[in-house]
Amino acid sequence: MKKDIILAGVGGQGILSIAAIIGYAAVETGLHLKQAEVHGMSQRGGDVQSHLRLSDKPIFSDLVPLGAADLILAVEPLEALRYWPYLNSDGWVVVNSTPFKNIPDYPETESILAEIAKLPNHIIIDADKTAKELETPRSMNMVMLGAAIPFLGLDYEKLKAGTAFIFGRKGEKVVEMNLKAIAAGYEFSENER
Amino acid sequence: MEKLLLLGDEAVAQGALDAGLSGAYGYPGTPSTEIVEYIQRNPEAAERDVHRTWSANEKTAMEEALGMSYAGKRTLVTMKHVGLNVAADPYMNSALTGANGGVIVAVADDPSMHSSQNEQDSRFYGKFAMLPILEPANQQEAYDMPRLAYQISERYHIPVMIRLTTRLAHSRAGVKRQKILPENKLHKPEDPNQFMLLPAFARKKYRHHLAIQEDLEQESEKSPFNLYQTGKDKSLGIIACGLAYNYLMENYPDNTCPYPILKIGQYPLPRKMVEKIVNECDEILVLEEGMPLIEELLKGFLAHHLKIKGRLDNTISRDGELTPASVRQALGLAKLASRDIPEVVAGRPPALCVGCPHADTYKALNSAMAKYGSGHVFSDIGCYTLGFLPPHRAINTCVDMGASISMAIGAADAGLFPAIAVIGDSTFGHSGITPLLDAVVKKANIVVTILDNDTTAMTGMQDSQVEGKVEKICIGLGVEPDHIRVITPLSRNHDENSKVFEEEILFQGVSVIVARRPCIHVYSKKTNRS
Ligand SMILES: Cc1ncc(C[n+]2csc(CCOP(=O)(O)OP(=O)(O)O)c2C)c(N)n1
Ligand code: SF4
Repeated sequence: MKKDIILAGVGGQGILSIAAIIGYAAVETGLHLKQAEVHGMSQRGGDVQSHLRLSDKPIFSDLVPLGAADLILAVEPLEALRYWPYLNSDGWVVVNSTPFKNIPDYPETESILAEIAKLPNHIIIDADKTAKELETPRSMNMVMLGAAIPFLGLDYEKLKAGTAFIFGRKGEKVVEMNLKAIAAGYEFSENER
Repeated sequence: MEKLLLLGDEAVAQGALDAGLSGAYGYPGTPSTEIVEYIQRNPEAAERDVHRTWSANEKTAMEEALGMSYAGKRTLVTMKHVGLNVAADPYMNSALTGANGGVIVAVADDPSMHSSQNEQDSRFYGKFAMLPILEPANQQEAYDMPRLAYQISERYHIPVMIRLTTRLAHSRAGVKRQKILPENKLHKPEDPNQFMLLPAFARKKYRHHLAIQEDLEQESEKSPFNLYQTGKDKSLGIIACGLAYNYLMENYPDNTCPYPILKIGQYPLPRKMVEKIVNECDEILVLEEGMPLIEELLKGFLAHHLKIKGRLDNTISRDGELTPASVRQALGLAKLASRDIPEVVAGRPPALCVGCPHADTYKALNSAMAKYGSGHVFSDIGCYTLGFLPPHRAINTCVDMGASISMAIGAADAGLFPAIAVIGDSTFGHSGITPLLDAVVKKANIVVTILDNDTTAMTGMQDSQVEGKVEKICIGLGVEPDHIRVITPLSRNHDENSKVFEEEILFQGVSVIVARRPCIHVYSKKTNRS
């Protein structure tokens, strides 16, 4: 078993929580794990990514090699495209369709989504909308985690445990809220795929 | 023992804690910050009351660590690569005073300059000071190395550097803990003059330092972190340091590399091992993260008979960090198939947050400066450096911490008017106080703007040393109280704030404008932490 994952987004969109939950589940499964994250300047509204590598064999590089990623999980559409060179030939892209526009030359959302749709393996979900419908607008990232579950090769139950572990400090309500968001994303992907 | 999921930085911290650490010192700086932050929130560190608060800058941190070492305890001092420039004076001299309690200098380099002004390689400082360096390849080594570092440090009475780079510092993996060692008891140096560098003592100590170099090389020869891996194909031998070893192995799945490999994790270089691989192989490829330290050593100036490949002959790019792909190319392996970035993609540079106090300060400054034209604002390092970018376009320089005030002084000396400095509160505490003293003494005609957002925001909201003390410091340095003006950067105060800038620009002498409003993230971050 080997999964190389690129998590992509904009500083402040919560990709590190996604990485932490997947990481927890991977370790609980007994897999090797490496997870490189971006700290520093880019976290101020710049592009941020996390390289997440899971394997049943020891992992050397902390970075996913170009052309090796099995999954790009992007919480923002433009950010998905930025990591195209990482994707392997039959990799999946799971992407949130709501753009985060904090630059003056942000491209037409339509042309971004059209580029994504060219790939055979993609899931496009409006995770911002889903999160709002659940009345938990800040759980967009958890909707995206849910949407990626079918492609992670990890046990759903272990991911739930990971969510409880990561958000446990903030109380049961927050955990519940996030689990609901994950379930909604998961359901969407299962229907789309 | 239990397995922890740790960043490379956190592994160094946990490794030092488990190896008898009594005090950590440092100044924040990406990618080193998480070492001290980990110790700050670690319950065992709290229970043991390990020292773990930030210092004003890297130099004071290094000296505080030396003081703890003098008193016999094990200490750790952390900084980013450019921080070692600030701490270079005590670091270089610590090679001669040596250590009593073990000293680890943990420095995190940032090749490719993800969050830095340059990509200097700290190993050159280690070599310059002739002090040992440990360079982990992975999180487990980052955990294990502090233990060995303290042993070497106390055996030879010298500080030991642990050098990390961004990708290891900020990557997480499982780490197995070892037995926890007790802290040292307080004990002064056996030689009461150990830390006395009057020339007569220093000369003796320097000769001693030269004499132990051979022993340090011996330590490297038998180090568990330097490994010779045989290979059948002797047409190439590969020397891979630290993280570079991972990228090498990544390109030969299941350990199928046909060439001999020398994995380096401890310096000074193990001469015998290097001789072996050079004698055994036709060509040598050197893979090092950072600058070509080993490559230059091997190549020397005239050693044309050796075929050495690396950054100097462009087998690998002369600048920037290594990647699995760049190492793959250096090995002559075929590129993995991959897509290009679609043309629609636009860059997304970092920017000041919406609602950032710095933005309002810049607006007021820009409006006061409109009549003077551009090219007058010397700035510094922090979130506010992003004020260079549109739409603010408010500042003209960023060199090193504290340089805003000193450069404004020099420019004013040359006749530039107005000469404005813009500096953050944490940067002011780090290196702004001494140049402000210069300004007062020479009555420089400058306006110093201190952006007091109540925190060290850029590196993740660490406490600022000057919190609640800015005006008092300025008065103490001799700035005229009438020309210390405090403004609240909010858009509703824009006109009033612009006027303050206009007035102080016209004042002939040193003015300080303190723009005070907390960073919009500071409360949530600080409450989260406690
Ligand atoms: C010598 C040195 N040490 C540390 C750093 C890392 N660093 C860059 S900006 C910064 C913090 C600046 O804080 P402050 O001046 O308060 O500005 P803010 O980010 O809060 O706006 C630090 C620690 C550096 N670049 N150089
Ligand atoms: S983190 Fe704070 S200081 Fe930095 S840009 Fe955002 S609001 Fe401004």
